[in-house]
Amino acid sequence: MRPPCDPSKFVAEAVKNIPPSGIRRFFDLVSGLEDVISLGVGEPDFITPWHIREMCIHSLEKGQTSYTSNYGLPELRNELTRTYYRRYSLDYDPESEILITTGVSEGLDIAIRAVVNPGDEVIVVQPSYVAYVPSVILAGGKPVIVPTYRGDDFSLTAEALEPAITNKTKAIILNFPNNPTGAIMKQEGLEDIADLVVENDLFVISDEVYECLTYGSTHVPFSSLEGMKERTVMLNGFSKAYAMTGLRLGFAMGPSEIIHSMMMIHQYSMLCAPITSQIGAIEALQNGKGEMERMVREYDRRRHFIVRGFNNIGLECCNPKGAFYAFPYIGGTGLSSSEFAERLLDEKKVVTIPGDVFGEAGEGFLRCAYAASMDDLRKAIERMGDFVDGLKK
Amino acid sequence: MDEQIRHILEILENDARASPEEIAALTDMSAQEVTQTIAKLEETGVIRHYKTIVDWDLVGENYVYAVIELKVTLERNLGYQAIAERIYKFPEVRSVRLLSGDYDISLTIRGKSMKDVAFFVAEKIATLDQVKSTSTHFVLKTYKEDGVILHEPEAIKRLPVSF
Repeated sequence: MRPPCDPSKFVAEAVKNIPPSGIRRFFDLVSGLEDVISLGVGEPDFITPWHIREMCIHSLEKGQTSYTSNYGLPELRNELTRTYYRRYSLDYDPESEILITTGVSEGLDIAIRAVVNPGDEVIVVQPSYVAYVPSVILAGGKPVIVPTYRGDDFSLTAEALEPAITNKTKAIILNFPNNPTGAIMKQEGLEDIADLVVENDLFVISDEVYECLTYGSTHVPFSSLEGMKERTVMLNGFSKAYAMTGLRLGFAMGPSEIIHSMMMIHQYSMLCAPITSQIGAIEALQNGKGEMERMVREYDRRRHFIVRGFNNIGLECCNPKGAFYAFPYIGGTGLSSSEFAERLLDEKKVVTIPGDVFGEAGEGFLRCAYAASMDDLRKAIERMGDFVDGLKK
Repeated sequence: MDEQIRHILEILENDARASPEEIAALTDMSAQEVTQTIAKLEETGVIRHYKTIVDWDLVGENYVYAVIELKVTLERNLGYQAIAERIYKFPEVRSVRLLSGDYDISLTIRGKSMKDVAFFVAEKIATLDQVKSTSTHFVLKTYKEDGVILHEPEAIKRLPVSF
């Protein structure tokens, strides 16, 4: 008889050190509940536009199921070059400065691994997407948190950033338009950040996956600022703009040295992004503008509705300028974000995500995705109004 | 076009019953502003009509629909407009379109039975002087009407919580 074995001892220390995901816990609380209204999603409630799905189906019928170049289909990279030149006069070489990834998630992981040496400090601006800190830790880097504040509409200021920079700082991760706050950055604010980046010789990983979802202003890619193209890898994808989350398709654009390094990791881990999704992405770029703009206008209306709704029920909420999240302040109720979200789920069956899941700076807030049907948004506001009234008694 | 007007028109095109209050909440306007804007859009004919798409089959009213292709001859001083006017005044006629291509005018007719529709075409349409020929196609099933899918399959479920 061979002795029994506890497999947990084989798990690497770095993985054990990843803090548990706050969203994961919430997911478990929700499962099994009936009549739940969810504002907890991080994806569009639209289905991928039919012309994109139809193109994917057509490619499968033709038998396009092979590997592609590690960098991705040349047609897709060419189309991206054209798109970014048209939108921002950005000029990326499709041969060497663009890498197609399996979602922005993969792009993020390999961008960090491509630039971070063990012990390097990487500045993570919070509240922000939950993957940044763990990805830096897994790459052996040290995450350094810089908070943004409601008073600044959650945009990053040079004053907040500067004190966090040390001689060990290698890179900074930006995420505007921001998940979960919906904040955007204006050109002037970004220029101040760019000055600090040059002064301290930093690299920038800019997650711009919500690029197309802005309201009333045009997105400014960090790489479009003078001198920043060489210092920035832009991570982006098709999930949010074209409602293609499950198709897992993203891309990275940056200096060829960095893109090549990312490709070195990508070729041995992912090999290439799924070809079906890449074909869908070409169709999205070529013919998807109308549908995308229609979805953005629809989000815009829901945004007005939910922001007004929160303010009416006594939850102060500023107008998010991007993404599809509202970030109301619930600190005035005396409850913490987690208490509020858990009791709201328990008592009124509305799913929201506590703001502190996205970093300490999110405490006192809730992330509420308005990528939900108008019926659900109406009901959610009504139930949350009842809940807030109940707290006052 | 003004962005607010586009929002209002898209909302109403999708749901003609949306109230001024509801539209106001969606567009960051006041209900009064919305009412005034809609009144103006109605006055200027941008908004033509509000209607309801009904699935009569579900209440046992089994209407028969047919698409009729017409070839017509134009008489001096009498253009397509005059022919269209003669035809669209019949309540059985649901739509009249002038088309390019093999035939000239396309009609949609609604009747209580196939016989009903066939007789209407034979007696009222085919007998018009300007009508050279008619070709009647009965509708077997309507899948989508004015942008509305009538029998949509069940919606896909998403994860209730995600990043």
